[in-house]
Amino acid sequence: MGRKILLITTDQQRYDTLGCNGGTISRTPVLDALATAGHRYERAHPQSVVCMPSRSTILTGQHPSTHGVWMNGVPLPVTAPSVAEVLHRAGYRTALIGKPHFEPFLDPFARFAENGFVSPDLRRAGGPGIHRGFEHFETATHGAMGPLHYARWIATEHPEAAGMFYRVIDGGLEVNAAGGGATGAPQVHDNPIPREWYHTDWVADRTIAWLGDLDADDDWFCWLSFPDPHHPWDPPVSEMSRVDWRDVPLPPGYSERAADRERILDAKPRHWRAWYDGRLVSNYEAPLAWVPASLTPDQVREVNARNAVEVELIDEAIGRVLRAVAERGWADDLDVVFTTDHGELQGDFGLLFKGPYHVDGLMRLPLIWRPAPSQGVAPSVVSRPVGLVDLAPTLCGIAGVEVPTWMEGRPLPVDDADADRRGFERVLTEWDSVLFGVDVHVRTITRDGWVCSAYLPGTSHDGTEGELYDLADDPLQQVNRWDDPACAALKGDLLADLWDHQPERSAVWGRVEAPV
Amino acid sequence: MTFGSVRHSRRIAAPADRVWALAGDPARLHEWFPGIVTCVVEGASRTITLASGLTLPEEILVHDDVSRRFQYRVTTEFFRYHRGTLDVVDLGDGTCLVSYAVDADPRTMALVIAGAAAAGLDALAALMETPTADEGSA
Repeated sequence: MGRKILLITTDQQRYDTLGCNGGTISRTPVLDALATAGHRYERAHPQSVVCMPSRSTILTGQHPSTHGVWMNGVPLPVTAPSVAEVLHRAGYRTALIGKPHFEPFLDPFARFAENGFVSPDLRRAGGPGIHRGFEHFETATHGAMGPLHYARWIATEHPEAAGMFYRVIDGGLEVNAAGGGATGAPQVHDNPIPREWYHTDWVADRTIAWLGDLDADDDWFCWLSFPDPHHPWDPPVSEMSRVDWRDVPLPPGYSERAADRERILDAKPRHWRAWYDGRLVSNYEAPLAWVPASLTPDQVREVNARNAVEVELIDEAIGRVLRAVAERGWADDLDVVFTTDHGELQGDFGLLFKGPYHVDGLMRLPLIWRPAPSQGVAPSVVSRPVGLVDLAPTLCGIAGVEVPTWMEGRPLPVDDADADRRGFERVLTEWDSVLFGVDVHVRTITRDGWVCSAYLPGTSHDGTEGELYDLADDPLQQVNRWDDPACAALKGDLLADLWDHQPERSAVWGRVEAPV
Repeated sequence: MTFGSVRHSRRIAAPADRVWALAGDPARLHEWFPGIVTCVVEGASRTITLASGLTLPEEILVHDDVSRRFQYRVTTEFFRYHRGTLDVVDLGDGTCLVSYAVDADPRTMALVIAGAAAAGLDALAALMETPTADEGSA
């Protein structure tokens, strides 16, 4: 028997939402305990700050430029390489339960495999079978919508709950800007659904059920993929008393005075302020009808409170899954990797949601690897930069299989000395979007305590703009030093390193086939 | 702005007349457009049924065999505006350029329909660029 692998991802979760990372709003004892017993990474970055490219990176171990999913709405080819395929071939039982999002959700033509698994009459020829290396797929997203297993379960078992969720997409198929709750914040909603019917618990329940069907001597890899704490912020009302939004402090990255926010934004490339003012929405992930400048301090508090409730529910759901693993007698052989696909601005700079903004709110991710206790690994805190591109090779390492040459990452370092020995110096993040006549292209490198973003020519940029932040002196990335003469040499070095290490652009540059 | 306009095009290595014979026949859309299960034409009306089960009523606006242009609109009230336009342009060298443009409000549907149409153009090319029995034996 080998080591069992539980990869847990959330959607759109900030680094600072976990207690082990200094978070103070949500209580996350289960994840904190995993961090204490394992490796906690302080500088883990995604290779894209939106879902589909980032999840494709987790699956393939490749940068977006290589796997070709360069923005949301570009499907990952079904034939793309997959770490699950590698593990399955090595004898692992494999499952993905929760949110996959390697293919677009908006799919009225029912063209994409992920949207067909729930319904036999929608399945592709031959049925799902082994899909992307997963022998078992159960799908969910941010509510009871779409042709996904969770939505079907709600419709079948609890039809009265189908309309309880916030509608993420509005009647015009845009990301909904409608507000709710006590403050009218966008994507906030009072959801009367009983907790046990909410998707967080459903994903955990289904994972426990799948584990329960395995043989005791099976080796297994399960990707447990929670849709939360991605907006909408509509956790069950029954849980809202956990965090009173009135008691939630404003995040350090949120300046309460509008003049301060605007001064900070004006020092960044122009699309920042243009979005804030409502003059430009460059990407589908931001509600078209919402103007960030209208965001109030109380709305920031309420969003953060609800986000914290969702994070607590996830933590408790993970605890249930871990107990189920222990009851099967697998606890000593279980590796747990916990992370998310990207972050959330959540009030930083007076903004919510995500977009072409390569700052810590979106890029600094929670990442914990708790190796199997049977391995006797010493706990550590790793400060060197790593990426989600390193997850797939790490999973291969856990399983004892050779890392395929098509993977671009490397097994995660177990401490800083290991990172230095193996040259974990930099992590790269990229953004490309083309949407209704607006295109934005950004390439970012994080190394030596600096984050440097270069903007390629697009409809909002002429190719000379950029951002440069000193993460030690300016942890909130409020002082853009791109044009600071004192940083010219440093900037030059970082840019040279950035361009030297760009992944080769894939010949398969996917087509945008839906907005998300 | 909630209006979107998206166009995809593809050069196909087959004569324009032969491509138009299929692509320009409104009753044969399901033979090359992915995710369309059935296609029923009655006069200037066409009804398509998608693989998701959704049925869309359409009005044929232009069916021009001379310029090889086909234009239609989805008439369901969900669309504040919709036009779908297919053109087959003879490039004079035995090949043609096929373009499929979608103008829609809500704009999201322009992306979704055009995305499927682009895959349809790939399928159309695959069908048209496969030698016929006669061509294969020539």
